[in-house]
Amino acid sequence: MCTRKALAVAALVLAASAGARAETPGLGKPATEGAKVYAQKCSACHGDNGRNGTAPGAGPLVGGQIDRIEAVKTIGNFYGYSTTVFDFIRRAMPYNEPRTLSNDEVYAVTAYLLALNKIIGENDVMDAQTLPKVKMPNRDNFIIRFPDRI
Amino acid sequence: MGATTPALQVPSRFEKHVVRTLSNPNNEFRNSHARTPHHLLNGTVTPNSLHFSINHSGLPDIDPDKHRLAIHGLVKQPMVYSLEALSRYPMVSRMAFVECGGNSAPMFSNEPIQATAQALHGLVSCAEWTGVKLSTLLEETGIDPKAKWFIAEGADSHALSRSVPMKKALDDAMIALYQNGERLMPGNGYPMRLLLPGYEGNMNVKFLRRIKLTEDPAMSMYEGRTYSQILPSGKAYRFYFLQEVKSFITHPSFGHSLQGPGFYEISGVAYSGAGRIAKVMISADGGRSYAEAALQAPVLPKAFTRFRMPWRWDGQPVVLQSRAWDEGGNVQPTRAEFVAVRGETKSPPPLLGFPNQHYNSLTSWAVDGKGEIKHVYA
Repeated sequence: MCTRKALAVAALVLAASAGARAETPGLGKPATEGAKVYAQKCSACHGDNGRNGTAPGAGPLVGGQIDRIEAVKTIGNFYGYSTTVFDFIRRAMPYNEPRTLSNDEVYAVTAYLLALNKIIGENDVMDAQTLPKVKMPNRDNFIIRFPDRI
Repeated sequence: MGATTPALQVPSRFEKHVVRTLSNPNNEFRNSHARTPHHLLNGTVTPNSLHFSINHSGLPDIDPDKHRLAIHGLVKQPMVYSLEALSRYPMVSRMAFVECGGNSAPMFSNEPIQATAQALHGLVSCAEWTGVKLSTLLEETGIDPKAKWFIAEGADSHALSRSVPMKKALDDAMIALYQNGERLMPGNGYPMRLLLPGYEGNMNVKFLRRIKLTEDPAMSMYEGRTYSQILPSGKAYRFYFLQEVKSFITHPSFGHSLQGPGFYEISGVAYSGAGRIAKVMISADGGRSYAEAALQAPVLPKAFTRFRMPWRWDGQPVVLQSRAWDEGGNVQPTRAEFVAVRGETKSPPPLLGFPNQHYNSLTSWAVDGKGEIKHVYA
């Protein structure tokens, strides 16, 4: 019964989107929708304002310095791409019920976290066009380890 | 008469201490992992029950009849494969180690942590993997020449994803279905995983359900954050991929004690993600002088090589240390060389975490006059 099958792309039902580009439709405002989603779905583990999470593994999401090799990496001090935040929330969060947020909610909470890190303004709207254009503070601090292997 | 023969045999009850050590023994709602007891094993094959395993979002319970692997994106013909379908393609078997990028993280400590080879280096294991080469499947789907990467995704709760260069896809990447002759263990990706011989463990995506060919990498969380190693300058490595040449002595090591002067065998494992091990040197004086160890055949690329050396202990304090070279001429850096480039932590890190990655320097065991063994830096 089960043999190999040519795949109609339209029939692909896998939930999470891959790719550095945020091609997913939707939009999110940090100050209003994003704060609400964060309070309802994220703060229990990550704490108020992304700073004082107490759940194991749910480290801070905001601020901090890369001042030692074991420094805690946050969205503000380390991530090179804003789309990484969007992609991981969309595929993996909330930890206890991943892939239950709508695209609008994912954009909104991504915007909220970027605003908390003072990377965007509190009223900046994030969508498939604006999110990839956000330049992360740490963008230029990466070294490709083995370029000949790419 | 003894016990009757069981259907599935397990080790003797006298071997109950030979188990993996757990990072999350109370089943808390977070990641969990288990480490291989290298100091209690020998040879080059890690038994499936003792293969290391890291699960960032728990172990999925996958019905193999319902699982599918999709290959799509920049291909000419997207395809979906069932396990049964994959089982009809030409298969290959090969030995390969899999090592977490964060293996040996405690070795970044500013002072040596007293712990076994299991605790220090237990996030690497070696098995014979059998499956279908990814290049075989890509012959069928065809490849759009614009494809430079593929993004692999698992069917775990996180839908863990990693970006891999197409170079690796066309080299030795495999969809692994069997591990040491039997189906994959759940903790090692049942019913199918990506095997990228010699590359960072996390890239060997378990519970593999999707491969998407793309022009660019995804910059997923695990490549963009977790496995990007911070350097003393504050910059960080991205796309480290390679598990570089490395060795450590397993016998004798921390947790053992020597029972008086006389003959012992020094042995351990050496491996390199860049190819075969060419040479392992052993020092009994902390690196001042070395002698070449025997390499147990066969010496296979990107797999454990067992090295051995007969040794007569005269009862005096010694510092045992191994250093490996691979066929590409790459050599394990000394600790001083390694720390100069990669740094060390300001205080000892937690033994069960891996905040730092890609340690491949030396491991030294100091034997005192009583035969007790400590972990030292030399």
